[in-house]
Amino acid sequence: MTDLPHSPEQPVPARASRFATFWRSDLVWSYRHSPVTIVASIVALALVLMAVLAPWIAPYNPFNPATLNLMDGMTPPNSASYTGRYFLFGTDNQGRDVLSTIMYGSRVSLFVGVLATLFAMLLGVGLGLVAGYVGGFVDAVIMRIADVQLSFPAILIALLIFGVARGIIPPNQQEGAAIWVLIIAIGLANWAQFARTVRGATMVERQKDYVAAARILGVNPFIILLRHVLPNVLGPVLVIGTIGLALAIIEEATLSYLGVGVPPTQPSLGTLIRIGQQFLFSGEWWILLFPAIALVLLALSVNLLGDWLRDALNPKLR
Amino acid sequence: MTEPVLSVKNLVVEFPFRDDVFRAVDDISFEIMPGEVVGVVGESGAGKSMTGAAVIGLIERPGHIASGEIRLKGERIDNLPEEAKAKLRGRRIGMVFQDPLTSLNPLYTVGRQLIETIRTHLPLSEAQARQKAIDLLAEAGISKAAERIDSYPHQFSGGMRQRVVIALAIAAEPELIIADEPTSALDVSVQAQIIKVLKKLCASHGAAVMLITHDMGVIAQTADRMIVMHHGRIVETGTVGDIIRRPREPYTIKLIDSIPTISRKEGEAAPAPAAANDDRAFVEIRHLVRDFELGRSAFTRLLPGKVEIFRAVNDVSFSIRKGETFGLVGESGSGKSTCAKMIVGLLRPTSGSIHVDGHDVWAGAHGHRERRRRVQMIFQDPYASLNPRWRVADIVAEPMKTLGIARNRSEVQDRVADLLTKVRLDPSAMRKFPHEFSGGQRQRIAIARALSSQPEFIVCDEPTSALDVSVQAQVLDLMSALQEEFGLTYLLISHNLAVVRQMSSAVGVLHNGVLVESGPVDAIFDSPQADYTKMLLDAVPDISKVA
Repeated sequence: MTDLPHSPEQPVPARASRFATFWRSDLVWSYRHSPVTIVASIVALALVLMAVLAPWIAPYNPFNPATLNLMDGMTPPNSASYTGRYFLFGTDNQGRDVLSTIMYGSRVSLFVGVLATLFAMLLGVGLGLVAGYVGGFVDAVIMRIADVQLSFPAILIALLIFGVARGIIPPNQQEGAAIWVLIIAIGLANWAQFARTVRGATMVERQKDYVAAARILGVNPFIILLRHVLPNVLGPVLVIGTIGLALAIIEEATLSYLGVGVPPTQPSLGTLIRIGQQFLFSGEWWILLFPAIALVLLALSVNLLGDWLRDALNPKLR
Repeated sequence: MTEPVLSVKNLVVEFPFRDDVFRAVDDISFEIMPGEVVGVVGESGAGKSMTGAAVIGLIERPGHIASGEIRLKGERIDNLPEEAKAKLRGRRIGMVFQDPLTSLNPLYTVGRQLIETIRTHLPLSEAQARQKAIDLLAEAGISKAAERIDSYPHQFSGGMRQRVVIALAIAAEPELIIADEPTSALDVSVQAQIIKVLKKLCASHGAAVMLITHDMGVIAQTADRMIVMHHGRIVETGTVGDIIRRPREPYTIKLIDSIPTISRKEGEAAPAPAAANDDRAFVEIRHLVRDFELGRSAFTRLLPGKVEIFRAVNDVSFSIRKGETFGLVGESGSGKSTCAKMIVGLLRPTSGSIHVDGHDVWAGAHGHRERRRRVQMIFQDPYASLNPRWRVADIVAEPMKTLGIARNRSEVQDRVADLLTKVRLDPSAMRKFPHEFSGGQRQRIAIARALSSQPEFIVCDEPTSALDVSVQAQVLDLMSALQEEFGLTYLLISHNLAVVRQMSSAVGVLHNGVLVESGPVDAIFDSPQADYTKMLLDAVPDISKVA
């Protein structure tokens, strides 16, 4: 290959050097030098891919009654069932493939976790920015509400909100709305962490002269918050967001385990664990164990990623 | 021949990075004789503090001494184990740091810290140590030392605290004291006293001093010999008088030339206003007052009760003619920054008025609009005044876009390029982020942003205090050139009297919120009337005052 399609002066070297600067940046460097993070990210990525691609890669569709056979129920892992089909992780009492239910279940868990975290982030960052920038009475009211909320366990708040929502929504719509209620409940239970951090960072940033320079010009306070302050407080938000995602997944699992979460027709990992727990003492351990392992791996890997991000973005901890 | 107290030979301090090695101190050698005061001067990054840290054995990781040797009274100390080094510190080498706020432990009384230091190093009883501590404090110029010894650090002012730190450094009768920027965090008037105390105490206790500072004026008044450092190397050494009067190296000559002095050179006149034909006041400040309420939180504010009020600016009046530079000087807490904030519209005055070009800048929406079109500000710290997440092009374009001077994209870009050229930066700088520039370059970007809204009046709040002297000279030159080109009016706020003398045609002196004196610059500097101004002018360390 002597005939290159472009002369050497063409912008290709620039792109290469951009990649090189990315590759040599502190963030990538700290990633490459942390084996735990590399493993965690691979596990997390695998689980997320598995969840997202579930309809295409899952060996069975556990929610299609046509493919279910009750005679396949309670098949132990790694063995052929009564009808001669093969199940790697075994089946539950209704003959559903445990591996497939885990794939579909982590899909629900991730969906709820990600949306709930995004909701909490939006609410917390917004209120935190306003509290930190406006200060005074507004700040005092917002932060006292956050303090009150932080003095209860998040799961209790979520339960409370979930209960109230049940009372409001008519029974025939409850099943369809359950997942959204869950997202709002978990989101509302977790906004205070974001608000606290963002408020602190905003109070630091608003004292800086670049904000004063914009205020001198009479730039709208809303624009100052959005364009000047927000980009400078996002670092810690990213960290809490990642760790918060792991928490939200666990909270969702807890709620579903308690039976107040997603309906059994659309089971999440927490629902699967609740179902499996009924069969633990009768010897069918696999129905509980595999979803539990999946939940632990998911939460742990996301949490480790968050920890790494926190350390990597904070040079003082290195 | 007497033996030197400190002898440094071919010292190299290196910081290994991921890809390469940074040499902070590069092959330097010097000696300090007993009782001698040696000044080490240089700009930021010259390696002067690192040299001090190497001598006392406190280089922060991953930095380390790569080669060379350090001897204290002929005994090698750079390769001692950590424990032995710790014993040297305080006992044989005392240290005075820059910030007296952080170098004293806020949880212990001053006396306890002194007594502990004394008893660690000297075989004295508690009572004897206490007596010695009181004597030391008295020597350091703290009145009623016997009563104040049981006070906590926060009960002392900055200058007093630095006296305590000096007493602490001298407590164990060390042979050498390393003072790293001992007066840089202090006001001019306090600075002069502290230099005197440091010099007197070291002389009476026979300690040699290694005085590290960026301020040539301080060295001129204090040191016997000086070492000029640049990029980790020694540029020049000699007696203070020799170097200041007859510098040999080009770098030293440039450094000394760029230091503004408070006394005028011969044949140099005060800067004349650019548009002297217009005698009308362009900026008129009348009876300006600003009060602050002290210590009330949002909820307690709702309760009735007595409000404690602190008057930061008290009845300040002055006026500035068009094209003129008015210098406002004062020490920290004098209210000069509060004045600036009220003029640019960041802080509402409690009473009084500010007129710019005939418009009351605090009179409703109309006043605000007129102010925004005419007034801009340059800030002290170029590291905080530029949004780190914005590209230079967006930073400079913001004022013109906000005020609607240019909306069209290509027009904005042309204007930004033009402004960057005006402040002597390459227009390609607009695609970069602020962190890619040095302090001086950032301050130029800040100036370009200020010019972006085509102002007539610019408030400069300590525009060069965060910069090195040589950079300061460039920025001041640029400001003067732009003033001439655009007919700008400046309000120059500074604690640096020399800068004010060089730049302004009129000057006002603020003290505790009161304007004690104002008038033409030469009249104030040459024949000050107020006692405070006299004291201030006497206290300024200046290279022309070399002994």
